[in-house]
Amino acid sequence: MKNDVFMLQRQRCRLLSDKGPCVNDYEDVAMKIFEVPQDKIKTLQGIKKALYAVDDQGNYTRTTTSGWEAEEIVLTQVIDDFEEKAKAAALLVRNNETSPIEYFMYKKWMDPLTLAQAVGLYRWQVKRHFKPHVFKKLADKTLNEYARIFGVSVGALQNFPEED
Amino acid sequence: MADLMPLEHRQYAHCESGVVTALLRRRGLDLSEPMVFGITGGLTFAYIPLIKITNMPIISYRMFPGSIIKGAVKNLAVEFKTRRYRDKREALAELTQLVDGGEIVGLQTSVYWLPYFPPEMRFQFNAHNLIVYGRAGEEFLVSDPVFEHPVRIKTEDLQNARFARGTLAPRGFLYYPVRVNAAIDLREAIRKSIKRTVHMMLYAPMPFIGIKGIHYLAKKIERLNVRKDLRTVRLFLGHIVRMQEEIGTGGGGFRFMYAAFLQEAGQLLGSPPLGEASQMMTEAGDMWRRFALACARACKSKTTDFDVGEIAQLLRKCATQEKLVYSHLKSKYLSTSKTE
Repeated sequence: MKNDVFMLQRQRCRLLSDKGPCVNDYEDVAMKIFEVPQDKIKTLQGIKKALYAVDDQGNYTRTTTSGWEAEEIVLTQVIDDFEEKAKAAALLVRNNETSPIEYFMYKKWMDPLTLAQAVGLYRWQVKRHFKPHVFKKLADKTLNEYARIFGVSVGALQNFPEED
Repeated sequence: MADLMPLEHRQYAHCESGVVTALLRRRGLDLSEPMVFGITGGLTFAYIPLIKITNMPIISYRMFPGSIIKGAVKNLAVEFKTRRYRDKREALAELTQLVDGGEIVGLQTSVYWLPYFPPEMRFQFNAHNLIVYGRAGEEFLVSDPVFEHPVRIKTEDLQNARFARGTLAPRGFLYYPVRVNAAIDLREAIRKSIKRTVHMMLYAPMPFIGIKGIHYLAKKIERLNVRKDLRTVRLFLGHIVRMQEEIGTGGGGFRFMYAAFLQEAGQLLGSPPLGEASQMMTEAGDMWRRFALACARACKSKTTDFDVGEIAQLLRKCATQEKLVYSHLKSKYLSTSKTE
């Protein structure tokens, strides 16, 4: 990470030193517009967010940011965690040790409880549906609901590809 | 409805305060988003380890969803028409009828079902607010407060988003103001809301709310066992930062937005203590960001080369700074403004 904990202060000092040494107001007015992070983070995909920061006169105004590296790190982290779990689940599906429901659950960034709530079932039911022999006998209605939540077709749910 | 202003799309930092601000402005009460956020008492801190969402405890920098609407009713004397539905079709019929009749309404939706969001953000979060202001064929015209431009959404997607199940399920929640007093006495509203926020942050009787809550979280961080389960520690620290910095907080867990509110209120009422409190709150926001940066660095580190004690210490600094802000408000502003 190219920033360190005191990035904010450092950045402030650097920018202020351009104006000459006499400026020492960074202690009482902070988060000026020129200090708003513009890290163009990937997770925002070019979208800009609004926020409030202090202008030259010390007044708060609305401005925009293309994202902050710190938020990208933590969002990527949780997504990577789900992707890893999905990958592991895909292997298990191919070995007939779990059902595609577990795979798609992680693929859509859910855990069993969240998925159960979204589908309108209990967690134990969803966990039971992870068992391949239970999954094969699932009612069409239940399958349709899973497919709707995952945004895939029932066919894609039933015919799990052998390769990625 | 001749007295209604046309809806002008603006981008806001937070969804609920953004929607309420836009709806009120259309009814003639033109306040800024920070003003609405502050007056409705949007700020808080809560760390609730007992309630978990996707295996992570609730950490919140603002009051629970829906409280800004309730705060507008309470502190700004706005009368809202609100409705939840059992029947999806009834909800759609009423929405269609309302927008065709020229009404502009706020809706509670699930981000998971909103196709115009970047895929990385489409988690199961059921309390996103947006405005529907019209219809074009099979699509609804949406003014989503956290986006730069208005968007459109297919009826089917909107129905899914309004009737997502799970924690904070929207159940089609629809709302719009029917009576707004544009000549409301802001002085009294501001005082009332600051008093409430200050008391909650300083004296909430539960250990997981307010300043106590921040210390509680610091203690939890300090006790994380990095050697035993590095992955869980990293995910936990990342979770805190996501709650603090992700879309809709304006950075620093709403602290900059509240600082903006205090500054505006200070200028409006000619009250120097509010201006001072605003600067102190900005400092607190900066401290929160320093804390977030330390957490993010720990998340990125592949080894255990970070010190949870140091991170907890950064968090305690936030608590100390915020305590100064609220104490300042209490002794310099709340104690004097009542008699005016």
